[in-house]
Amino acid sequence: MVDTYIKVQNLSFFRGGRIIYENISLSIPRGKITAVMGPSGTGKTTLLRLIAAQLAPDQGTILVDGENVHALSRSNLYKVRKKMGMLFQSGALFSDMTVEENVAFPMEEHTRLTKAEIQHVVLEKLQSVGLRGAAKLMPAELSGGMARRVALARAIALDPELVMYDEPFTGQDPISKGVLVKLIRQLNDSANITSVLVSHDVEESLSIADHVCILAGGGVIAEGSADEIRASKDPQVIQFLNGEPDGPVPFHYPEEDSSNRFAS
Amino acid sequence: MKTIALLGGGLLDWLEAVGRAGIFLIQSIVRVPVRFSESINLLVKQLYSVGVLSLVIVIVSGAFIGMVLALQGYSILAKFGSEEAVGQLLALSLLRELAPVVTALLFAGRAGSSLTAEIGLMKATEQLSSFEMMGVDPLRRVIAPRFIAGVICLPLLSLIFSATGIVGGLVVSVGWLGVNDGAFWSLMQQSVYFDTDIINGFIKALCFAVVVTWIAVYQGYECIPTSEGIGKATTRTVVLGSLAILALDFVLTAAMFGDF
Repeated sequence: MVDTYIKVQNLSFFRGGRIIYENISLSIPRGKITAVMGPSGTGKTTLLRLIAAQLAPDQGTILVDGENVHALSRSNLYKVRKKMGMLFQSGALFSDMTVEENVAFPMEEHTRLTKAEIQHVVLEKLQSVGLRGAAKLMPAELSGGMARRVALARAIALDPELVMYDEPFTGQDPISKGVLVKLIRQLNDSANITSVLVSHDVEESLSIADHVCILAGGGVIAEGSADEIRASKDPQVIQFLNGEPDGPVPFHYPEEDSSNRFAS
Repeated sequence: MKTIALLGGGLLDWLEAVGRAGIFLIQSIVRVPVRFSESINLLVKQLYSVGVLSLVIVIVSGAFIGMVLALQGYSILAKFGSEEAVGQLLALSLLRELAPVVTALLFAGRAGSSLTAEIGLMKATEQLSSFEMMGVDPLRRVIAPRFIAGVICLPLLSLIFSATGIVGGLVVSVGWLGVNDGAFWSLMQQSVYFDTDIINGFIKALCFAVVVTWIAVYQGYECIPTSEGIGKATTRTVVLGSLAILALDFVLTAAMFGDF
């Protein structure tokens, strides 16, 4: 039996009358890297926001480390969130603070460390993402790839149990991608973090993930190890992995029924 | 029938929005910051960007409005041979009416719009979500200091507006048009009362401050996080803010100076 860190049970989520998820269940093992993949617009980011309880599901529950995050009080939820780090797609660095202050921020908020101790940890975290030299810069002076690495340093500042990566590879050059892949692996293994990675970059995701979920059309179409996914015979999975335009996964956004459109 | 339903629906939507904005306001004030020194730092930063940076526009407009008032007032008062009363006219109209209203309108355009755009952009770049993810309440971290700074700054700016307006009027009427300066000051002193004029003007400015800053931070927080959404929210801040100021001014004036 695998030790499960996050358990999603019978989750349904609708947005504006459109089904994002319909009755999906999946589990994310502790201490492993789980990649959640799927075509754009299947609500992968939404899943992360549901796990972090920034959005509430229409049905079903999400257990994080055994706690139903949507049933917690606000203050307890904030406590649970301290155990989570999230790397946003845009980095989401605070634009009015330097790199250093950004990384120090969660510690200043939640710990009783002295300034000198915080400074020490900040430099250590920046060192681990290779940006110690950029400590005094403002976020606007960083390139996209650097900003994401700073955001990663900030996300791991409190030594979280869970780190969620929202499209970490999108818009990165091959070298940055390689650096990020290595970093994510390293962080996961050295600190025994549970990592959840949302991405549609097939190669990078499969290369580091221990466990893979593929979402499409509101449901989970495949779940298993990277090798199992690669060996899958499911036509939807094959289409997604090989990037074929024709297949069971629709390329077109669902259109309104045309008879409706002309009737009104 | 359809019109009535639409009207009712619109009213309900409006009431809902007001309710949401009210809860938002209460939440952002009630949730007191954890650490005192940090909240002071945040507040000082906002006092600077909301208040100090609005000083130039307030001082310049105050001076010009005072000068125009003196010119207009003089040309009418001179017909009755009572041009010395221009000091009284200046002080009363500025303190009671023009300073709070014009400062609040300028404030909505200068500080309100920038608050909305700043908060909206923070939302669009996921900075607000980021605060939430770190277990930090964005209401107390981002909204509360901005709201409090606005409420503190606007009444003070309004007093500065009155003072520069009077100085501007003095330069024009005494320096240029040759009004006797002793009469200018003594008539002003005789007719201006601290409690009815200065305090009432201050209360007006305080009410406008709450309403304008509230609208500005709420519009920023609730905007649709796209470039278009932020643009619209900024416009709404200025439009709704200005309308609210003018309507509220009527109500307050009626309550303070109306003879019922």
